[in-house]
Amino acid sequence: MQFLVSRFNPERDDKPRQQSFEVETWRGMMLRDALLEIKRQDESFTFRHSCGEGVCGSDGVNVNGTNRLACITPVSELNAPVEVRPFPGRPIIRDLVVDMSQFYNQYRAVEPWLVRKDPMPEQEILQSPEEREKLDGLYECIMCGCCSTACPSFWWNPEKFHGPQALLTAWRFLADSRDQAEEERLDALEGPYKLFRCHTIMNCVEVCPKGLNPTKAIGHIKQLMLKNAI
Amino acid sequence: MGLVKRRFDALIIGAGGAGLNAALQMARTDARVAVVSKVFPTRSHTVAAQGGVNAALGNVMPDNWHWHMFDTVKGSDYLGDQDAIEYMCREAIPTVYELEHNGVPFSRLDNGKIYQRAFGGQSQNFGGAQAARTCAAADRTGHAILHTLYQQNLHARTHFFDEYFAIDLIRDDEGAILGALVLEIETGEPLLIEAKATVLATGGFGQVFRTTSNAHINTGDGMAMALRAGVPVMDMEFFQFHPTGIAGRGMLITEGVRGEGGYLINKDGERFMERYAPNAKDLASRDVVSRAIVTEVKEGRGCGPNADHVLLKLDHLGEEIISKRLPGIRETGKIFAGVDAAREPLPVFPTAHYAMGGIPTDRFGRVISPAGTGEEVVPGLYAAGECACVSVHGANRLGGNSLLDILVFGRAAGLDMQEQLREHHRPMNEAGVEQAMARLERWDQKGEGVGVRELRDEFRKAMEDHAGVFRTEEIMTEGLQILRKLRDKLSEVRLQDHSKVFNTARIEALELENLIDCGMAIAVSALARQESRGAHSRPDYPKRDDINWMKHTLYYRDGDRLDYKPVKTRPLTVEPFPPKERVY
Ligand SMILES: Cc1cc2nc3c(=O)[nH]c(=O)nc-3n(C[C@H](O)[C@H](O)[C@H](O)COP(=O)(O)OP(=O)(O)OC[C@H]3O[C@@H](n4cnc5c(N)ncnc54)[C@H](O)[C@@H]3O)c2cc1C
Ligand code: SF4
Repeated sequence: MQFLVSRFNPERDDKPRQQSFEVETWRGMMLRDALLEIKRQDESFTFRHSCGEGVCGSDGVNVNGTNRLACITPVSELNAPVEVRPFPGRPIIRDLVVDMSQFYNQYRAVEPWLVRKDPMPEQEILQSPEEREKLDGLYECIMCGCCSTACPSFWWNPEKFHGPQALLTAWRFLADSRDQAEEERLDALEGPYKLFRCHTIMNCVEVCPKGLNPTKAIGHIKQLMLKNAI
Repeated sequence: MGLVKRRFDALIIGAGGAGLNAALQMARTDARVAVVSKVFPTRSHTVAAQGGVNAALGNVMPDNWHWHMFDTVKGSDYLGDQDAIEYMCREAIPTVYELEHNGVPFSRLDNGKIYQRAFGGQSQNFGGAQAARTCAAADRTGHAILHTLYQQNLHARTHFFDEYFAIDLIRDDEGAILGALVLEIETGEPLLIEAKATVLATGGFGQVFRTTSNAHINTGDGMAMALRAGVPVMDMEFFQFHPTGIAGRGMLITEGVRGEGGYLINKDGERFMERYAPNAKDLASRDVVSRAIVTEVKEGRGCGPNADHVLLKLDHLGEEIISKRLPGIRETGKIFAGVDAAREPLPVFPTAHYAMGGIPTDRFGRVISPAGTGEEVVPGLYAAGECACVSVHGANRLGGNSLLDILVFGRAAGLDMQEQLREHHRPMNEAGVEQAMARLERWDQKGEGVGVRELRDEFRKAMEDHAGVFRTEEIMTEGLQILRKLRDKLSEVRLQDHSKVFNTARIEALELENLIDCGMAIAVSALARQESRGAHSRPDYPKRDDINWMKHTLYYRDGDRLDYKPVKTRPLTVEPFPPKERVY
C-alpha cells in the first residue's frame, strides 16, 4: 500500500514536502503500525505515539484530510495512496509533530480543576449516579487535539477562541455536582471570542476519536448562561 | 558552548500518577519544584489503567485495611515487606478520599458513595468470602486519576518540563545525587537540572517483552539510571504477566471484567479455572490464572485456528452492565480483536504487564542501598511508583494495588523530601556531568552499523522466549547467553539520523540502552532463584522454598553481580502474617 507522508526537518527544509513509502499491510494493521514500518525504512521519519490503544492521545494526525488517532485507525479503512499530514493550523516542528502549546494554553485558561468552597467532608463528597452520569461523554477526553485543530474558528483565533476541547472541559466542571465555581466559570467565558466564536460547524464532533460531542457541551454552556441571565 | 543549567529545590522525573502526586505535596510548600516528563503529562501510561484502585472503604460490603493487608501479603507470596504493606493499606483510605476531593469522577453507588468492584485475590476476614475493594471510574480509572492530578498540579502552578528526556543522574564522590542531565526533545539541547532532592517516578518497562500491555515509552529509564549510578535494583525476576491481554496483540482487558462476572473458557467451552482454583476460580491471583491459561494452551485445549489462546466470556453480563461498567474494553475489543464483547467472547492470552521489582526504597520513598552489614539512604534520591520497589507487591502484585502504590508512596516521597530541602545545594560534580554527556554524545558516532530497531526487536524476542511465564534452568541459561551477546552488540549500533530537532531515533537509542539494562537484571536474577514464588515459576523447582529463598534479590550492573537481603516480616503495629501455603 502506498503512503504519502509529510516531511519537514527545519534543519534542512524550507517547507514541508511529501515522500512516498510502500508498506506491506497485514490483517488488523493500524495506521500507527504503518507509520512504524515507515520509520523502520527511514529512522529519521518522526511522529509522536505511545500507548497504541487510543487512550494517551499522542498520535493524532491528518489522514486523507481527516484528523484521526493513528493507533486506532485501521489501514483497511483508508484509500490508497494514504496521505498523512500533521494536524492543520499548528506550527510544524518536524514531519508529523506539531507545536500544541496554544491548544494546551486554552485548556489551562478554563481553569480545568474541581473547585470546592465548602470544607471537605471526612469521606467522599456524595454524588448520585444520576449526577455522575452527567459527566459521561465529558471526562473521557484524552486531549488528543483532533477536534480543536479541525475547527476553523480555532485556526483563525487560536489565542482568543478556547476551541472545542477546552470548552468541553469547561462544561465537564460546570456539569459536576461537586464543583462550586459556576458563576466564576461562566463569567470567565463572557465576551465575543472565548466561547462565542463557535459557529457550530461541528467538525469537532465528526473527528473526535472518543465519540465525544464538544458542540453539544458548548450548547449547554450557552443555555446555562441564558438561564442565569434571566 | 557551555551547558545550560537550571536550579530547583526538587526535581521529579516522571509525570505519571507517582510523579504528579509527589509534585502535588510539594506544591503546597514554597519549594521550587521541576517535573520532567518525556511525554506531555496526561500521556503517561497511568492513563491506561482500567480497573481501579484498592481501598477498604467498605462501601459495598464490610471491609477493613487489615484484611486488605492480609490479601496483599498473601498475594505477594510472602515476599512483600509487611511494614510497607501495613502503611499502604492504612493510607489507602484517606488517599482515595483525597483523590475524590481533588475531582476524580468515580462511578457511584445508589447512596452516592464511590463504586467498588471485586478484583482478584481480595477477601473478607483474612481469606474468607470475596471482597469488593477496587474503587473505579468505569473502566477508565487511570485516565480519571491522571487527568485529575495533572489538573490539580496546574492549579498549584507546578513547573513542568514537558517532552524532556532524562539521560542520567549526576552523583558526587560521596554518592549523593545532585540532579540530572536532561535533553529537551524539541531542540535536541541538553540541560542540567540541579536539585537538592531528585525523585525517580519513571514507571515500568514492559517494553522489554515483545507482547505487552505497556506503552512504547515504558522502557525502564529510571531503573537503568539508578543502576548506572551504582544503585542496585531489587526483585527484578518478579514480572507480572496479566492473564488477559488481547491474543497476539497484548492490549489489556481489565481484571474488572472477571470482577463483574466474566469468566474464561477453553476450546471445549469448559470453565477451566475451576480446576486450578476451586474457590476463587477466575478471580484467583494473576500469576495463578496466567499459568492456567498457558497450561491449557500447551496441553492442546487452546481456541482458534492455531489453538493459541483462550476465550473470555462476558456477553452474559448484558448490554447495560457492559456499556456502563466496561465501555472502554468493549471499544478495545472491537478495534483490536474485531469482536463485540457484548455478543461474543474475547480471545485472550497472558501479556507482559507489570514490574514488581525496581529501585529499593523504604516507606518514605527514600532509595536505600546496602552498606556494610546494613543499609543506608542514598542522599538526595527518592523513587516512587512502578519504577520503585518498596516492596509492597513482593513476588506478585494484586490488581488495583499499583495505582494505590504509586499514589501512596508518591505522596510519601513528596512529604519526606520537604525535610531535605532545608539543606543547601551541594557543589556540582563536573566529572559526573561529563560522564552523562558522554552517554549522549556516544550516539553522534557516524558510519554503518546495526540499527536500533533491529537490536531492540531481537532483544525483546529473546526476553519473551527465555524469561516468560514458565522458566527452567535450561531455557534461562541459553537465554542469558543470547542476551549477553545482544548486549555486546550494543556498541556496534549506529544512528543514521544525527539531526537535533525532535530526533526520536536518538531517544529510542537511549531507551534501548535502558531496556537492555533492565532485561539483564531480570534474566540474571531469575536464573539464580531456584524456587517457584509468585510470578517466578520454575517447573524444575516447583515449590516455594522459604528456608533458602525468602529474601529479596539485589542486582548490580557492575559485573552482573547479585546480593540478597531479608524480607521485613514485622508490620508497624499488628501481628506479622507468617508464611503459609498459598491456595485460592
Ligand atoms: C493497561 C494497564 C492497565 C492497568 N490497570 C491497572 C489498574 O486497574 N489498577 C492498578 O492498580 N494498576 C493498573 N495498572 C498498573 C499501573 O497503571 C501502573 O503501574 C502505574 O500507573 C504506573 O505509574 P507510574 O506513575 O509509576 O508511571 P507512569 O504512569 O508510567 O509514568 C512514568 C512517567 O515517567 C516519565 N518518564 C519515563 N522515563 C523518562 C525519562 N527518561 N525522562 C523523562 N521522563 C521519563 C514518563 O514520561 C511518564 O510521565 C495497569 C497498567 C497497564 C499497563
Ligand atoms: S474532545 Fe475528542 S477530539 Fe477533542 S481532544 Fe478530547 S478526545 Fe480529542
